[in-house]
Amino acid sequence: MSSPHDVVITGIGLVSSLGEGPDAHWQKLAQPGLKPVLEAARFAPYTVHPLPEIDWNLQIAKRGDQRQMETWQRLGTYAAGLALDDAGIKGNDELCTTMDMVVAAGGGERDEAVDAAILAASESRNDRDVLLNEKLTTELRPTLFLAQLSNLLAGNISIVHKVTGSSRTFMGEEGAGVAAVETAAARIRSGQSTHILVGGAFQTEHSDMLLGYELAGYLHRGPWKPVWQRQGAEGGGVVSGSGGAFLVLEQRKHAASRGRKIYAELGPVVSGRARRSRGELDAEIAALLKRAAMPGGELLAMSGASGAHAATSAEKAALDAVEAIASRGFSTLTGHMKEAQFPFAVALAALAVDRKAAYPVFDAAAEKPFAGIPASVLATAIGYHQFEGMALVNAA
Amino acid sequence: MAKFRDHMGRPIVAVTGIGVVTSLGVGKSDNWAALTSGKSGIHPITRFPVDHLNTRISGMVDFLPSSSKGASLLTYELAETAAREAVAESGLDSGDFGGPLFLASPPVELDWHERFALYNSDKQDSGAERLLRVARRLKETDVFETTQFGSIADRLADRFGTRGLPITLSTACASGATAIQLGVEAIRRGECDRALSVGADGSATAEALIRFSLLSALSTHNDNPEKASKPFSKDRDGFVLAEGSGALVLESLEAALARGASVLGILSGCGEKADDFHRTRSKPDGSPAIAAVRAALADAGLGEDEIDYVNAHGTSTPENDKMEHLSLSTVFGERIGAMPISSNKSMIGHTLSAAGAVEAAFSLMTMRESVIPPTINYDNPDPAIVLDVVPNRKRDAQVRTVLSNSFGFGGQNTCLVMAREPV
Repeated sequence: MSSPHDVVITGIGLVSSLGEGPDAHWQKLAQPGLKPVLEAARFAPYTVHPLPEIDWNLQIAKRGDQRQMETWQRLGTYAAGLALDDAGIKGNDELCTTMDMVVAAGGGERDEAVDAAILAASESRNDRDVLLNEKLTTELRPTLFLAQLSNLLAGNISIVHKVTGSSRTFMGEEGAGVAAVETAAARIRSGQSTHILVGGAFQTEHSDMLLGYELAGYLHRGPWKPVWQRQGAEGGGVVSGSGGAFLVLEQRKHAASRGRKIYAELGPVVSGRARRSRGELDAEIAALLKRAAMPGGELLAMSGASGAHAATSAEKAALDAVEAIASRGFSTLTGHMKEAQFPFAVALAALAVDRKAAYPVFDAAAEKPFAGIPASVLATAIGYHQFEGMALVNAA
Repeated sequence: MAKFRDHMGRPIVAVTGIGVVTSLGVGKSDNWAALTSGKSGIHPITRFPVDHLNTRISGMVDFLPSSSKGASLLTYELAETAAREAVAESGLDSGDFGGPLFLASPPVELDWHERFALYNSDKQDSGAERLLRVARRLKETDVFETTQFGSIADRLADRFGTRGLPITLSTACASGATAIQLGVEAIRRGECDRALSVGADGSATAEALIRFSLLSALSTHNDNPEKASKPFSKDRDGFVLAEGSGALVLESLEAALARGASVLGILSGCGEKADDFHRTRSKPDGSPAIAAVRAALADAGLGEDEIDYVNAHGTSTPENDKMEHLSLSTVFGERIGAMPISSNKSMIGHTLSAAGAVEAAFSLMTMRESVIPPTINYDNPDPAIVLDVVPNRKRDAQVRTVLSNSFGFGGQNTCLVMAREPV
C-alpha cells in the first residue's frame, strides 16, 4: 500500500554503449537477441563496451566547464543532467537549490602520456623519487588534479546543474553505488530529504581503470562471452563498460504535489559485507534476497553480476535456487560499470515496472523467459571483489 | 530522568569515545598537551626527496610503522590507531563494535613505488601495456587492495567488527565532518544505537604535494616550517599539507547512559550546503558557507548567541580565511568580535580528509578541558579580518557549545555543532 513518505523514482539518466536515455535503453534492451557493442582491439587482449557518441553540449552548455573535466566527470555530469531533465527539475532553481545529492565515485584518470614517459625514464634511473619530482612538477597539467578527483563529479554537477542542497560522495566500487542509493532512500523515508539526485559513472576506456581490475587478474581475456558464460575462460571474467546511471529519488508526496510522472516505487534497499575469505558470500546473498522481501509469484531480477568468477557463480547459484526468479545479467550488454552498476540495475528495474513488461533473455543459454507483467523487479550488485547489495523496485 | 530526544524529537547523539593522531603525536593526551602549549607539528619533509619542489615542509605523520609504506597502508594505520583509542575509551568491545562504520579517506591510486616496481620487473613492450601484462600475473593481491576505494574500510570493518556495508566517503576537506554527520543521521533515523565515524588521511605523497602546489594552494615558507601555517594573518600564503586521523564513537544518549558509559559530549547539529560557483573558489558573497553554518545551528536548535567558540576551518589560504571571516561575521553579526575563534591548523596543518574529524575531536576536548587551543603564528594580523583568534596562547574558558567548520574544493561546506551537555 502506498504511503506519502514512499520513495519514488521520478527521473532516470542513463548512458552506456547502447545509447543514452531511458527510452533508447528500453527500445534496445526489449529487442530479443540484441548484440552488444564491443571494442576488442583498442585494449586487447581485453574487450570493453565503449561510450556511444555523445554531444556533451546538450547537458554541459559551457565549453569551459567541459574542459575542466576528464571524461569520467563529464560522463557523470551528463548522465546527471539527463536524470534532472527527465524529472523536470533541471533549470528549476527552487528544486535544484534544495536538492540533495549522493554520488558514487571512482576517479583517477591519470595522464597516460606523462606516466608512460616517467616509467620509460625509470628504466635508466635509480633516483626514481627525484625523477618523479622532476617530471611531475613540469609536465602535469595543473587542472588535471581536479578534473579526475573523486568528489569533483559532484562538484561539477553543482556547478553545471546547480544542485546545491547537499553534496556527498561515496567511494568503493559497487558498494559505493549500493550505499548511495540506500542512504538516499533512508533520508527520504525518514523525512530528512524530499528529493535526491543519486548515481554514478564509470569510464573504462583508460588503462588505469583496467589496471584497477587487473592487479588481481579480474578481467576476461580472449573472445567475448555473455556474463554467465565466462567461468573457465581465459582471465578473471569481468568485461567492463563505460556508462553512467543517475536517478532522481523523491518522496511520493513531493512528486505528487508537482504532478510528476512516477516510474516506480523504490522498496527495500539492502546491503552487506560478506567476509568472502571465510566463505560467507553464499549465505550473505541468500540473506539479502530474503531481506529484500521477495513477493510471491514470479520475479524478474536485473542482475549486476560482473562476470568475476567467484562472485558471479555464487550469485547465479543463489538466483537459480529460487524457481520463481528469472534473472537478466545486463553486463552481457553494457559491461561492468563499477560504481554505476547498482544505480544502473535499479534504473533498468524501474523501466521494466513502468513499461509493464519484462526484458527478453539477454543470454538464451543461461536465462529463462518471463511472460507476465512485472509488478516488482529485483536489482542486484554483488561486488566483483567485495560488498553486496539489492533493492526491490515496485510498480508506482 | 534524562531527556533522550532533541528539539525535533530525534534521538540525542552522544560522543562516548574520541581518538586522534596528528603530526603532534598519537593519542589525545600528547596531542592536547602540544596543542595547548602552542607547539607546531610542521617540519621539513624527509619521506621523499624535495628536489624541484616549491614546498618542502609538511605536517606528515612520520612516526608510525606504515609512514613510509604508501598512502593506503598509512591511511589504514592512522584510521585504525584513532579508532582503537576511541573504541577503547567508549568501553565497547574493540573486536565486535556492533554498529556501522563511516570512513572519510582520500581517493586512492596505485602508488608510484609500486608502479615503478611492477614496470621494471619486466622488459617487454612499454607503458600501460606492460603494466597490465605484469599485473595479471601477480600472485598476491596486496597491491590490488591498495587501489580499491573500499579496501581500507573493509579492513577496518574486519578489525573492529562493525556492522554491515561500511561507507567510504569523500567531500574533500570536509570529509571528516561528513563522516560524523552520516553517523549522527544513522542514529537519528533509528537505524543503529551506535556508529564509528573516522576521518583519516595519510596521502601526503610527492604527487599529492605537487598537485596542490600546481594549484598554488600551499605555503612556501620553507625556512621556518613551524611558522608556515598562519591562519588569519596578513602574510598567510597557503595551507600546509598534513596527515592525521580522528575518530568518534557516536551513540544515542539513551543507549550510552543505559550501559553506564561516560558521555564526553553531544553532537547536536550538522549542516551542509554545496557551492555552485567554482571548483576551488567560493561564491564571493559567502552564501553557501553562511547557509551551512545556519543549517548546523538550526539542526542543533541553537540561536546565533548560543555558540561559545568556533573551531575554524582556518586553512591559512588567502581565500579561505577571508571567506570564513565573511560568513561568520554575517551569521554572528557584531558579536563576532567577542567570540573566540581559533584554528588548530596553525599547529597541525591541513589534514585534508581527516580535518573535520580531527577538529571535532579537539572541539570536544576544548569543552571538556575548558581550555581553548590558540591560533599560533598570529604575529601580523590581517586588518581586514577582525576576529578574536585566541592569538598565540591558550585561553581558559568555559565552553558549552562549539561550531566546527569544514569547507572543501568542489563546493563542499559542512558544519558541526557540539555541546558539552545534553540541552
